[in-house]
Amino acid sequence: MDQAVMTGGFSDPSIQSAWGFRAAMNAMARPGDILAVQGAQAPAPVSVAAAVLMLVLCDPETPVWLAPSHDSDALRRWIAFHTGAPVVAARGEAAFALGTWDSLVPLRDYRIGTPEYPDRSATLIVEMDELRAEGAVLTGPGIKQAAGLNLPDAAAFRANRGLYPLGLDFFLTCGDRLAALPRSTHVTTPAEVS
Amino acid sequence: MYVAVKGGERAIENAHAWLAEERRGDPSVPELSLAQIREQMALAVNRVMAEGSLYDPDLAALAIKQARGDLIEAIFLIRAYRTTLPRFGASLPVETANMRCDRRISATFKDAPGGQVLGPTFDYTHRLLDFKLAAEGEVPAAAKAAAPQSGPVPHITDFLNRDGLIQAEDRHDDTPPDLTREPLEFPANRALRLQSLTRGDEGFVLGMAYSTQRGYARNHAFVGELRIGRVPVEMEIPELGFSIEIGEVELTECETVNQFAGSKTEPAQFTRGYGLVFGQTERKAISMALVDRALRWRELGEDNLGAPAQDEEFVLSHADNIQATGFLEHIKLPHYVDFQSELELVRRLRAEAEAAQQEAAE
Amino acid sequence: MSDYNFAYLDEQTKRMIRRAILKALAVPGYQVPFASREMPMPYGWGTGGVQVSAACLVPEDRLKVIDQGADDTTNAVSIRRFFEKTAGVATTGRTSEATLIQTRHRIPEEPLTRDQILVYQVPIPEPLRFLEPRETETRKMHALEEYGLVHVKLYEDIARHGQIATSYAYPVKVEGRYVMDPSPIPKFDNPKLESEAIQLFGAGREQRIHALPPHCKVVSLDFEDHPFEASKADHDCDLCGSGTSYLDEVIVDDAGGRMFVCSDTDYCETRRGAGHRGRLAATGQEDAA
Repeated sequence: MDQAVMTGGFSDPSIQSAWGFRAAMNAMARPGDILAVQGAQAPAPVSVAAAVLMLVLCDPETPVWLAPSHDSDALRRWIAFHTGAPVVAARGEAAFALGTWDSLVPLRDYRIGTPEYPDRSATLIVEMDELRAEGAVLTGPGIKQAAGLNLPDAAAFRANRGLYPLGLDFFLTCGDRLAALPRSTHVTTPAEVS
Repeated sequence: MYVAVKGGERAIENAHAWLAEERRGDPSVPELSLAQIREQMALAVNRVMAEGSLYDPDLAALAIKQARGDLIEAIFLIRAYRTTLPRFGASLPVETANMRCDRRISATFKDAPGGQVLGPTFDYTHRLLDFKLAAEGEVPAAAKAAAPQSGPVPHITDFLNRDGLIQAEDRHDDTPPDLTREPLEFPANRALRLQSLTRGDEGFVLGMAYSTQRGYARNHAFVGELRIGRVPVEMEIPELGFSIEIGEVELTECETVNQFAGSKTEPAQFTRGYGLVFGQTERKAISMALVDRALRWRELGEDNLGAPAQDEEFVLSHADNIQATGFLEHIKLPHYVDFQSELELVRRLRAEAEAAQQEAAE
Repeated sequence: MSDYNFAYLDEQTKRMIRRAILKALAVPGYQVPFASREMPMPYGWGTGGVQVSAACLVPEDRLKVIDQGADDTTNAVSIRRFFEKTAGVATTGRTSEATLIQTRHRIPEEPLTRDQILVYQVPIPEPLRFLEPRETETRKMHALEEYGLVHVKLYEDIARHGQIATSYAYPVKVEGRYVMDPSPIPKFDNPKLESEAIQLFGAGREQRIHALPPHCKVVSLDFEDHPFEASKADHDCDLCGSGTSYLDEVIVDDAGGRMFVCSDTDYCETRRGAGHRGRLAATGQEDAA
């Protein structure tokens, strides 16, 4: 096995997973907050933040779908070695999906949960070119008044909110930073607010 | 001057020390060894292994000793230990037809290939206290049959099956769900139900089974076969490409043959209930088979009579004695806050009722 | 502590719980099933809360554990010691100093901040359970948002008693969607469910986790003509004189004499430290209690 596959994991898994999860939880609890994480490095083009999320959340119980932007032999081997998560061929089988927005869409193919079990839905890790606390306006649970976040496509997130309590949940990652957008968040554009 | 109750920490330490002392009892009496418990309290050990879902007679003996003989407490110790164990893999299904039987009886056929073997049973003992045991007398050695039971002993139900007289079970190799790794979800499939029953509380499963005999979803069970003995456990080792024997376990297996008149969807045929439990635990295995059979009403096209033993959610949600005893006993923990809120509510309701009465009287 | 993994649970178990927590935060008030493990303490003693705390703790945390509002009740002591031993985290009795608070039956009086997490121990997470014992049925009711039964129950109270006769574990509606059981906190605490802190609810035996993100809309169920009221004993604390905290009633003599003291021991001590005195507090020297 080549070196790139075996490196990039946590050196102290239980502690680094705890830190990584704390950041992920704070992000999911406070949509729009941008947090920094560290300690993981997956084969390019995976960001540090996305690699941390994979290590914290994925294991043999969570099928992962890799969007074309990120799918590679190296990454598949890295995921297998560090998490044991099965990489699946279809969006509809995934608990987690990883890629850029353009290659993750269309959203309609992912699992959105069932009325009895809305938790059985996919979480998408969206790799972004930049992550800024401005752009789309976020309101809802976890947000005091309103938050801003540069979402790739406000309309898609709005449609996702329309499925509530079903729907997808998102992490947005860029470099070593991450933010989250749960299905409960209302998304509007600044123009609509004013 | 009122001082709030303090010192929880010291109280706990002292309680633990006292408990240890009580556990030991009179120090002039020799201490029990684990081997003594394992060998001489074997049925208690078996129950702890069965309901603790861990086959390890020495650990079960330790748990019984630590729990001062409280078997539910011992089961709890084993369960809590079991969860911390890493999982290396799953064994292949055990083949009970290959069991080396110490006991094997059928209530449905006077004789059958393999014969009836009474084995070490209480069944025909007269329940008279044996004061020889109190005097620690030596027990005479039991006479042994010329050749011990060996080789495969066919299942009684296979003979009925050959004639199509008993309903055939579907064979499949699906990985069964794991009750200890996934949250219980309804409806549960039969594999999950059997899993729940085999680790369920012996008393609860017995009570449920007994209720079916007394008419709450009666299913006319005969013990087609009850066998107790040891079976090899095999595991497939991917690196080797074949399976190897990793040990053996003692099991009690019970198959009931249940009378069945046929239904809207099924021809007249006998049906089955199934029990399989660690160790020599035949009361539990028979109970399990009866409850299993009662829970199969839907698949066999029977009517739901509203009997407790037919109610999968009721049976599975309440069979686990560790869950049950925990929740039951937790009501002795402080509830000052909830009680205070009830107290105020009752006072207010009474005050208002009295005021209303007074008003009416005036 | 080298015998056990950090915070006792193995990593795979923590991952499973962490995934459930994230989904619980994404769908506030919905009960996420999780494969609760058998813990080395009995069901009913806070196994759900302990598992959630274990999945959240980081080494830098300062942990506070309360039972009935108090840090020194035996089970609070026991759980605190468990985490001191298995996670090596610092502990505190001070609400303001804690980063993670595990609680049974109370929300601290002092408003929580965004840097804090409150973990509740939950006995029965299903608010509809005592109206409908079957999980298969209540799950359908949540799916269809069919909560008429709860309103009927509350309304029957009013018809019978002239008021709603639920004084703790008072049901709430979260973000206009899920009816949720806030665990057996007194209804006095219900308004505090809208908080700056993340609130996580763990039910071990029932294998459920639910959550409230910060600033989540939480409405106690009521009727227009019978609005919700967060009631408490109509007294002041006899030790610190607080007129706004939830009170425990204590029987102090054989004649049935009573006194009322704050259930939140840290709140009471902090007030007394600041010089506040109640009816029965010694005025001169303050005892070390």
